[in-house]
Amino acid sequence: MAKRVGMEVAIAVAEAVGQCNIDMAAVYPITPQSHIGEHLSDLVADGRIDAEFITVESEHSAISAVIGASGTGARVYTATSSQGLMLMHEILPIASAMRLPIVMGIANRAVSGPLNILNDHSDTMPQRDSGWISIFVENGQEAIDMTIQSFKIAEHKDVNLPICVNIDGFQLTHMVESVEFPDQEMVNKFLPPREPFATLHPSKPLTMGAFAMADYFTEIMKAKNEALKNSKKVILAVWEEWARMFGRTYKPVEAYKTDGAETLVLTMGSMGETAEMAIDELRAEGLSVGLVKLRLWRPFPFAEIRDVLKNAKKVLVTDRAVSFGGPGGPVFSEIKSALYNERVRPAIYNYIIGLGGRDVPVTDFVSMIKKVVQDAGENADTYEFLGVRE
Amino acid sequence: MSHATGLQYLKKGVLPHMWCSGCGVGVMLGALVRSFEELGYERKDTVVVTGIGCTGKTDDYLVTNALHTTHGRALAYATGIKAFNPKLHVVVLMGDGDSVTIGGNHFLHAARRNMDLTAIIINNFNFGMTGGQFSGTTPADAITQTSIYGNAERQLDISALAELAGANYVARGTPYHVWELKTNIKEALSKKGFSVVEIYSPCPTHFGKNNKMKEATAMLQWLKESGLPVEKYNSLEKSARKGFFAVGKLVDREEPDFNTRYEEIRRRAMNLKV
Repeated sequence: MAKRVGMEVAIAVAEAVGQCNIDMAAVYPITPQSHIGEHLSDLVADGRIDAEFITVESEHSAISAVIGASGTGARVYTATSSQGLMLMHEILPIASAMRLPIVMGIANRAVSGPLNILNDHSDTMPQRDSGWISIFVENGQEAIDMTIQSFKIAEHKDVNLPICVNIDGFQLTHMVESVEFPDQEMVNKFLPPREPFATLHPSKPLTMGAFAMADYFTEIMKAKNEALKNSKKVILAVWEEWARMFGRTYKPVEAYKTDGAETLVLTMGSMGETAEMAIDELRAEGLSVGLVKLRLWRPFPFAEIRDVLKNAKKVLVTDRAVSFGGPGGPVFSEIKSALYNERVRPAIYNYIIGLGGRDVPVTDFVSMIKKVVQDAGENADTYEFLGVRE
Repeated sequence: MSHATGLQYLKKGVLPHMWCSGCGVGVMLGALVRSFEELGYERKDTVVVTGIGCTGKTDDYLVTNALHTTHGRALAYATGIKAFNPKLHVVVLMGDGDSVTIGGNHFLHAARRNMDLTAIIINNFNFGMTGGQFSGTTPADAITQTSIYGNAERQLDISALAELAGANYVARGTPYHVWELKTNIKEALSKKGFSVVEIYSPCPTHFGKNNKMKEATAMLQWLKESGLPVEKYNSLEKSARKGFFAVGKLVDREEPDFNTRYEEIRRRAMNLKV
């Protein structure tokens, strides 16, 4: 029977990885990810899981090493943050091109410079077009559940793609939360051993990472894109199975008090729970507001986003990263793009919030939402850095 | 007789520093600014380049030019500075993570190229800033946060690597041998070509705690007892050297540095007198 415990989320993520019968993990320390790697190394050292654990000499080596291991058919895991993820950047599209089901935890942290160690989404946003499935979690329980689900999704025969689980650094990774671990036997049933599509094996040699020029390159890119788009079916099926087996339901887009709401606010990651409290407060004041939480970043859930936003008059999109010189935050761009072909579109607003660990309390959400509710339309389609000193 | 304090190179109002009690970085900083004073370095002609980690924080306390860079890449940035403006004194402060673990490749090539840089390396045998995981210089069998039953990997010898890769000057010091440390830092700064001062440094908070040297004094005691003057160390039979290390100047040679070689080739290409 699953037991409820209080545990630091980073430790809980490592425990969840430990439940997944991994063969190999390679990690380089970086704040705020380090506790995941440390605890995984303890699990291996104490013989609680039968796996190899290597602390390689850089994140570039960590992702390269897990590609190597995954290529031989192993179930692999890595984790990083910020600059570590930026250092992995070169290798990320290679992992997806080789169709290797690597699972990576990202303890999201601001990217330098200036040097900062606190949370925002500027590390994961530049990886958007690497061909990885990308999921954002809101709390410790989701971090556990989605880490386990990720192996199943990534290794599914119709997917074979790497996947990253975004966990807000410090705000989530360093919080002690009340979480429940699924029963190990149930996890074993849910997640059978990996059956690789192809492996580097002496008895059946093959080449991974072969050269392709203009004659084949486009076709390979299209194939990768199709695979990523098609992964959504598998993601939905895995989440349904999870709900049946473990009782917790997940959707690509979560709606909170959206019924009849004229103004919707959209969040990604741990700020969803803060925004919920603001919505409760504003609803109590009689404002017609609701919350949309985007969980699946890639493949982007266009249909679900259109559906949840279709009756709203205004949408306030929050972003935790900047697209410098662009039209607003990266999430804002995506939402606008999803709505472009709709006949009736809501007015859309963008706030860039919580950069480099800046706190965004409930009161900030309340004032942001109120400002949008009261706006006559003149500020629609613009973006603003919340609370910036100029 | 008055001694150099180096205070004029320290930012006012930033002390006390952030390093743990018993850490060796502060001793290195003291020796460095005293060396600056004794050599007559000026704020404007000195650039301190740092990476990431406990040692990477050193520039926070200095009023010289400073370039705080990314993890492991400080030497690459410094190479650019020196290549374009050879008149600047370029000092690169790194830990064992920056210099030979994540940044090992840059270390090899800065030494091979014999860039006229001074690399001062705090080797505290683990990644201190992230909580004490093992690094490329953690001794085999040592206990760290990621090797709770002992490190399966072997220890990299920074000084030996620097010698092999082509550095003109290599010395090893410790915060216990503080007077000699300043002498070696001054020699390294004055040396043309790539110079390295490796500092075996206590990290009681992480490395010491896990390896029976929880108190800062225990770590200093270890450095005192295991660190032998180069001549004494070299006089020992190889089999008797186990458990000891050499302190002092290890390499001193006069190979032409990168900028000199570059100028030579340039003049040759232009048919100028070499």
